[in-house]
Amino acid sequence: MISPLEEFEIHSYGSPLFTIAGHPVSFTNSALYMLLAIMGSSLFMVASMRRQALVPGRWQMMGETVYNMVANMVAGAAGEKAKPYFPFIFTIFIFILFCNLLGMLPYTLEVTSHILINFAIAILLFTVILLTGFIRHGWHFFSLFVPHGAPKFMLLFLVPIEILSFAIRPFSLSIRLFANMMAGHILLGVFAGMTAMLVTAGWLSAIGILPLLLNIAITGFEFFVAFLQAYIYAILASVYLRDAIEMH
Amino acid sequence: MEGMGLKLLGAGIAMIGTLGAGLGLGMIFSAWISAIARNPAVEGKFRQIGYIGFAATELVLLLGFVVSCLLIFVAK
Repeated sequence: MISPLEEFEIHSYGSPLFTIAGHPVSFTNSALYMLLAIMGSSLFMVASMRRQALVPGRWQMMGETVYNMVANMVAGAAGEKAKPYFPFIFTIFIFILFCNLLGMLPYTLEVTSHILINFAIAILLFTVILLTGFIRHGWHFFSLFVPHGAPKFMLLFLVPIEILSFAIRPFSLSIRLFANMMAGHILLGVFAGMTAMLVTAGWLSAIGILPLLLNIAITGFEFFVAFLQAYIYAILASVYLRDAIEMH
Repeated sequence: MEGMGLKLLGAGIAMIGTLGAGLGLGMIFSAWISAIARNPAVEGKFRQIGYIGFAATELVLLLGFVVSCLLIFVAK
C-alpha cells in the first residue's frame, strides 16, 4: 500500500553540485518543476502576445484576461500608488498559478505543497514591503503599529498585538497555500487508494466506481482551488503592500 | 509504537477547530450572497472583500489540519 504522502518526496538528480556550509546542494525534482513552471509561464505570456492584433485571437485573449484581472486586483486592493509594484505581484501570481497547475498533472511534484517554497516567496515579499515602508515613510513607518484614537493605557496591549499580527503574516500566507495544496492532493490519493482497495475486494468491487467518480469531481475542484489560492496569495500580497504604501 | 493511540486521538481533537471554520465560512458566504442578491451592482466591488474574508477564515481550518498532520506523520 503506497502512502498518499509519497508524491511529496523530493529526490535529487545526480550527485550534489556544490556544498554550502556542509549541506550538499543538488538539482532536485522541486527545482526541475519550478524551472518548468517558469518556462511554461514565460512561453504562455510571450507566445500569447507575439502577434499584437487589434482584434485578439484565442491565445492573446487569454493573456490579456490574466493581465487585466491582476491589474484590476492590484489597483483595487493596493491603491493607485501601487502601480510600480504591479510586475512584482503579477510575477508572484503567475509563478504560483503555474506551479499549482503543473502539480495537477499525474506523476508530477506539486512545488507549492512544500512550505519552504511559499515561505521563501513570502520573505521576499515582506522584504519588499518593509523596504518600501521605510524608504517612503522613514521612522514614521512604526506608527503602523499604533492604532488611531485608542486610549493611552490601551496602547500597552494594542501595540504588541499589532506587531504580532504583522509579524505572523508571512507564516499565515505560506501555511494557507501549502496546506490547501497538500490537503487536496492527500484527498485525491486517499480516494484513489480506496478505489484500488474496493476493486480488489471480491464481491464489493462494483462499489469501487463510487470513489472513482468522486475523485473525478475532486480533480475538477482542485483545478479551481489551484487558481483560487494563487489569486488569494496575490490579493493578500497587495493588501499588505497597501499598508506599507499608504499607512492608515 | 507507544503512545500511537494518543497521537491519533490528539490529531482527531485538533480537527474540531474545523467546526468553527465551517460555521464561519457559511456565514461569510451567506452574507456575501445576500448582499449581492439585494444589490447586484456591487458584485465586482465585493469580490475582493469576500475572498479576503474567505482566506482569513480558512486559515483557522488549515492550522488545525497542519497540527493534525504533524501529530500523525512527524511527531515521534
